[in-house]
Amino acid sequence: MIKDANGLIDYTEALKNQSSSELKLYVSMGTCGIAAGTTPVLNKIYQTIEEKNLKDIIDVVEVGCMGLCHSEPCICLENKETNEKVYYGNLSEEQVVQILEAKFDTELAGAKVLNKTWNTPEDEEISDQIQTRIVLRNSGVINPEKIEDYVMRDGYKALAKALTEMKPAGVVSEIELSGLRGRGGGGFPTGRKWQFAASQDADQKYLICNADEGDPGAFMDRAVLEGDPHSVLEAMVIAGYGIGADKGYIYIRAEYPLAIKRLEIAIAQAEELGFLGENILGSGFNFTIELKYGAGAFVCGEETALIHSIEGKRGEPTFKPPFPAISGLWGKPTIVNNVETFANVAAIIRNGADWFKSIGTEGSPGTKVFALAGKINKVGLVEVPMGTVLRDIIYGLGHGIVDGREFKAVQTGGPSGGCIKADKLDTPIDYESLKALGSMMGSGGMIVMDEDDCMVDIAKFFLDFTLEESCGKCTPCRIGNTRLHELLEDICSGNGTMETIEKLKTLSAAIKDTALCGLGQTSPNPVISTLNNFYDEYMQHVDRKKCPAGVCTKLVSYTINDKCVGCTLCARNCPVSCISGERKELHHIDQSKCIKCGVCYTACKFHAIDRT
Amino acid sequence: MFNLKINNIDVTVEEGSTILNAAEKIGIKIPTLCHMSLDCFDVENRTGSCRICVVEVANRPNLAPACCTPVVEGMEVKTNSIRAINARRTMLDLLLSDHPKECLTCAKNGNCSLQDLAAEMDLHHVMYEGAMSKYEIDLASEAIVRDLNKCIMCRRCETACNTMQTVGILTGANRGFEAVVSPASGKSLTETKCVFCGQCVSACPVGALSEMNYKYDVWRAINDESKTVVVQTAPAVRVAIGEELGLEAGEIATGKMVTALRMLGFDKVFDTDFAADLTIMEETHELIERVKANENLPILTSCCPGWVKFFEHQFPELIYMPSTAKSPQQMFGAITKSYYAEKIGKKPEDIVVVSVMPCLAKKYEASRPEFAPNGVRDVDIAISTRELGDMIKEAGIQFSKLDDSEYDNPLGESTGAAVIFGASGGVLEAALRTAADWLTNEDLKDIDFEAVRGLEGSKEATVNVAGLDLKVAVVSGLGNARKLLERIKNGESEYHAIEIMACPGGCLNGGGQPYIHEDTSILEKRKEAIYREDSGKEIRKSHENPYIKQLYSEFLTEPGSPLAHKLLHTKYEARENV
Repeated sequence: MIKDANGLIDYTEALKNQSSSELKLYVSMGTCGIAAGTTPVLNKIYQTIEEKNLKDIIDVVEVGCMGLCHSEPCICLENKETNEKVYYGNLSEEQVVQILEAKFDTELAGAKVLNKTWNTPEDEEISDQIQTRIVLRNSGVINPEKIEDYVMRDGYKALAKALTEMKPAGVVSEIELSGLRGRGGGGFPTGRKWQFAASQDADQKYLICNADEGDPGAFMDRAVLEGDPHSVLEAMVIAGYGIGADKGYIYIRAEYPLAIKRLEIAIAQAEELGFLGENILGSGFNFTIELKYGAGAFVCGEETALIHSIEGKRGEPTFKPPFPAISGLWGKPTIVNNVETFANVAAIIRNGADWFKSIGTEGSPGTKVFALAGKINKVGLVEVPMGTVLRDIIYGLGHGIVDGREFKAVQTGGPSGGCIKADKLDTPIDYESLKALGSMMGSGGMIVMDEDDCMVDIAKFFLDFTLEESCGKCTPCRIGNTRLHELLEDICSGNGTMETIEKLKTLSAAIKDTALCGLGQTSPNPVISTLNNFYDEYMQHVDRKKCPAGVCTKLVSYTINDKCVGCTLCARNCPVSCISGERKELHHIDQSKCIKCGVCYTACKFHAIDRT
Repeated sequence: MFNLKINNIDVTVEEGSTILNAAEKIGIKIPTLCHMSLDCFDVENRTGSCRICVVEVANRPNLAPACCTPVVEGMEVKTNSIRAINARRTMLDLLLSDHPKECLTCAKNGNCSLQDLAAEMDLHHVMYEGAMSKYEIDLASEAIVRDLNKCIMCRRCETACNTMQTVGILTGANRGFEAVVSPASGKSLTETKCVFCGQCVSACPVGALSEMNYKYDVWRAINDESKTVVVQTAPAVRVAIGEELGLEAGEIATGKMVTALRMLGFDKVFDTDFAADLTIMEETHELIERVKANENLPILTSCCPGWVKFFEHQFPELIYMPSTAKSPQQMFGAITKSYYAEKIGKKPEDIVVVSVMPCLAKKYEASRPEFAPNGVRDVDIAISTRELGDMIKEAGIQFSKLDDSEYDNPLGESTGAAVIFGASGGVLEAALRTAADWLTNEDLKDIDFEAVRGLEGSKEATVNVAGLDLKVAVVSGLGNARKLLERIKNGESEYHAIEIMACPGGCLNGGGQPYIHEDTSILEKRKEAIYREDSGKEIRKSHENPYIKQLYSEFLTEPGSPLAHKLLHTKYEARENV
């Protein structure tokens, strides 16, 4: 139990003075790493250290996600003396032995060496790296199940500073001055939100961490919780102190078992050391944190729905006002912030608002974590300063499009966002610029598309998701989105007319204008943005009844050209036997029977089948 | 006070008012659908889910639902901008695109808010046709039909069931297009603790909830030569039936109704009020016994089948408290099929008892197995006030032109004490009138117990009778009943007698009454009519009803006799709280 701020300093010093081995070996044990097979690699590491008797020279640190999802399983070897670090990716068990033997001789190791593409401004000189890690500063660096690792990285120092050197109002105003905005998607100024709750006179206030990450392809929050859970806990205590709440909840989806496990461990450790509980660091301030599990309903990420879910009610949004900061959980002032938002707080308190504002843009200070996914070479997690241009993220960090294909669009903001075209790749991104492009920041999903993606189909895909996840409470979302989806289906199946396009436009606008919550209000965004940016593609579907990307099967036809040598391979593979022709003679596809499965197209070795 | 402009008209309203309230103040009716306000019961459905009431507010990015957007100083609202009009029409269009357009054959035809809106907005065709919901119609219960294909997710039924009545069986279920209001796990009402009060049916603005309709069974019985068909009419029906048939709310239609019932072809037109007097005889007898012995107090009234089912499910530990007296409907049935059957020389199975009730739970009550001795139901068919109205219309009877006529005897005579059963507080007042006379052995003249009258959910009084301070309470609405019962459970109440009615305001606001469409002033008028009928009666105490006296002297001997117990009392069973 640490009694006060001085106790924390002593404890931190003692930890730092502990002797450590010459080498540190970081092993990526986030969900992504484990899924890619890190566990056998880790076992092999332990086995090799044991066999080669390397225990005294190598410390193994099981860490959370390093952000290198494209190259999992991966490890990082660090020389404590020189601070030199080498990242190895796509590891096999066999390579582990070589690496451990070779130590820093990377050529000898014969494994794939990865470049470090980030800079952590709290720890290093500013470099010209595209990535700047504040939120992910500890992720991939510390063992998330060891509070000592976190404390050694200045963990809970911000809490001590807040509790001993600052007044609650000072904490709130520091966050307000920093310009930190909600990272869950809305971008509302966090400090101002806290101010609302702080100014309420109530016998009880609550703080909620929204860890109900639900956008398809988004895993920023999971990475933070799995890689650096204490950063969220520390921030929650600071926020609780600021607004006058002594009870916090983390609403986390039950589909994140590893994050839950690590949070449970972290909470127990923080309680044991006295960072949670009563009279924290001798300040007289009390704060406890409880985990609440979500059942996986996307709409429960909306703050009023989330609050109802914690209350045991059906998770559906209610009309605001009253805003939760005035009347939230059980009618008490409640602040709901997202994981990534909280993960910024301790750094701001440690380094000050001005430091934070020096990163990012004027209107959107700080960084943003993005989950790169889709047709991109380096899928993974990146953290960049606000204002970074899309091209740097997609080409600089993501290494461009798979198989050198043409970039077509990038979808940001998840199902509520929009698709951005190639001619906008040089836009510096922040909350406002993305909105101006008809998309939004959202929680940070970034899905890259190439020429094989049909934009009508993409709009339908995202709407599919919204349809599934709508709570069904309000008319525009429940019925309106169903009708939008049907209109898109009409277009994809060749039944679209100009009237369909007009209806899409007017209905999308009406839904945006009338839906009850953020989910509904933004649900037509994929339709609107693809209509705006890829109108020609829609028209191809409507006018010519063709899908240029070849995705909408009903609009595709397969024909055999004169390159056909009559090998009969296509006919033998056709599941509906609609291809006829004698051996060594030109074959023919019966269009009336063809189901457009594309099997012949793939089977043909002579490029004799045209898809149009 | 806040000042704002609506369509450029200045208006000043109190803080906390919504745009809807403010617009109303200057004579603008913004169309609504999911919003429901029953002001006198402090019940509001404010889900903001249908989005029909959206209006344009200056400097707001999207439209605002007028029903739940609080006004702020300086607000500028446009209710009829083209943007608002288009959005409203689109919302209506979308609702209709997933609504079976079978208005002509719908139970709520003529009483449907969606139908009214379509007419008001003059929507000529549905633009966004598409897939429609498909649900099996829930016909399992005796009382309520659920056709979820017509549900518009307004959640008014949920507010009625969960907030107002605290029965709590309805919830939003499923997601997206499949979202619907239903008991948990898609159960039928019969598998739940639903009490069939029918307040959800009254709240439902469309045909998703309606009563189980027995009109045709009545027509068949009337036209069956081999049956003697008698009808009984509940106290609250006479002050409401006129609303269905062109009379003003609050007009007493007893005489016209009796005439109409005869014209429909009933062999005898009797009155549930007669049985209400009988109920008072038995219940007051029980009250006095319990007070004298000072045990099993307080006694709770048991006339209301919704309330009975409520405590069977939710307060089984208090099952000894309610009076064992059957409800007037069931007493009437039991006496008709014994005493009256004998009198006219008919077998019980050859008599059909039809009851006209302000209630849907009465349909369920009549079907309870304990009320069918030897398999012959005491009450064969229970129809609602609304159903009777429909039958009269179907028969082409010009109700407003009818002359008054009198009930038949012997089961048609009643007192003022019986008619007030139709209003909250009436049963208790009737019992007090009799108890006071019996305890003092006098014929007391001061018999108006004003303290227990009125639509308030909870009333109480201490009445001095023959030197005894009787503490009584009256609650209506099951939400209010729950609060009182919790107090009783915790030993915090010292009442002798409590009247409980499931529906707020009592039977005059029963689930089977003509729809009031949120105009609660109608309830006030019905209440006034009931007390007017009472004060106009020559006899106003149950025990002075000459035919009641005759019934006891010829048949039952005395209140609480073994025969009275056999025919007029019942017992309750604890039921599952699901």
